[in-house]
Amino acid sequence: MKLITAFLILFSNLSLAQITTQETYRRGQMIYNEFCVRCHRPDGGGIKGIFPPLAKADYLKNIKETIRSIAFGLKGPIVVNGVNYDNSMAPMGLDDQEVADVTNYILNSWGNQHDEEITIKDVQMLNSDKP
Amino acid sequence: MNRFFSLFFVLAFLGACGQPEVPIKTPENIDYSLSLVVPDLDVPWGMAFLPDQSILITEKDGQIIHYKDGIKTSIQNVPPPYIRGQGGLLGIALHPNYSENNIIYFTQSTSEGSEKLGGNTALYRAVLNNNKLDDVMLLYKAQPNTKRGVHFGSRIVFDNEGFLYFTVGDRGNRDLNPQDITKDGGKVYRLTSNGQIPSDNPFVNVTNAKTAIYSYGHRNPQGMNVHPVTGEIWTHEHGPKGGDEINILQAGKNYGWPSITYGKNYTGTTITKDKALPGMEQPLHYWVPSIAPSGMAFVHNSKYPNWDGSLVVGALKFNYLERLVISDGKVAYREKIAVDIGRVRDVVLGPDGLLYIAVENKGIYKILPKT
Repeated sequence: MKLITAFLILFSNLSLAQITTQETYRRGQMIYNEFCVRCHRPDGGGIKGIFPPLAKADYLKNIKETIRSIAFGLKGPIVVNGVNYDNSMAPMGLDDQEVADVTNYILNSWGNQHDEEITIKDVQMLNSDKP
Repeated sequence: MNRFFSLFFVLAFLGACGQPEVPIKTPENIDYSLSLVVPDLDVPWGMAFLPDQSILITEKDGQIIHYKDGIKTSIQNVPPPYIRGQGGLLGIALHPNYSENNIIYFTQSTSEGSEKLGGNTALYRAVLNNNKLDDVMLLYKAQPNTKRGVHFGSRIVFDNEGFLYFTVGDRGNRDLNPQDITKDGGKVYRLTSNGQIPSDNPFVNVTNAKTAIYSYGHRNPQGMNVHPVTGEIWTHEHGPKGGDEINILQAGKNYGWPSITYGKNYTGTTITKDKALPGMEQPLHYWVPSIAPSGMAFVHNSKYPNWDGSLVVGALKFNYLERLVISDGKVAYREKIAVDIGRVRDVVLGPDGLLYIAVENKGIYKILPKT
């Protein structure tokens, strides 16, 4: 059992290392620095009460909602880490690959960790949700 | 002698890289109230009052809304913008003789007029006819298209002689665009109302120059207006981290970006060691930290007893309207109006002498003096 746990930890760390060293993460970082950084800040901390944080944000646990927000924008009240936000984020006009890339970056930066890479297919699956 | 030198150095220091600090005040006595005029808007980027006092509003996603007697009508036949980051449908202005010709102008990012992927800022002219645009004409298109999502500009104003000015930001390419007058981006442009290049534009005789350019070395100007007394064109622009600026435009002048700035990169690293260089203009005022200025209006012949002569500017980043008193060419006083109202995208002095502010995710408010 211990061995399996150790193996799992090792494996998850390996896959984390893989995402942060992959092209998608590097591209995602460039998108982030161009489209997101002004409000969500270089450290992903946001501005409390105005722009929600992304670093260790409970909101990101809902991966589909995270992808939808990035792809289609977000409007109205949300709660992130117990703090209320009521602002709007206009759609950024990113293509599906760019949405996947920046999602991978956000999900694996500032202490965030999501072992499974978001692919263009994950984004395309949600395209029918477009408001 | 020592004293003389100290004074000299202090003055030289102030001249080169400083302005007296004017901390912003939050007045306790609020002598105004806010009234929501147009509800339920997303990103109301620009406003223009028609002669009947109804309002044209640009929504960044591509709608021009005509608001009259409590009813919003979406104007037909608006060409769809290229939506990307800060790009979309942006500024709007009326022809000086609108009441005779019904001509309006708007700026937006578009992919039109280029084979390349992406988009860039363009100026359009059209005739507004029963809530529909006729004779839509592309008057100027910044080149080339780019997928960069930042720094599109773009406000429009007419000066007192009837020339049109509009702004295009550096399009996220600060090393290439703002200091090069043969390239678009990081510029303020000056055209006739028909979109032609005025013969007295500063660079008409310069080989390969973009001759529509009026001034250069700008980063991302999103506020511009004509001074009601002097007739000068005033602009402000977003700096990087720190270094938002107010500038008074002069033909052919270089406003310095990115060779000089009072700001730093968003990560805190240095862009340039220089805050002043020969041949480059110093701002009338700079903001450190940045307020993210958007929209600009002069309070003049207004209904506010104590505000006449002020300049007002939306502070996108801190959710208020900033009022500045200018004295002897310097900012002498700053205060917050409409604290915590939301992201103020535009501000206009209406024909009724009241200030109207366009707030993201909310709508348009008017500011009423308390009597």
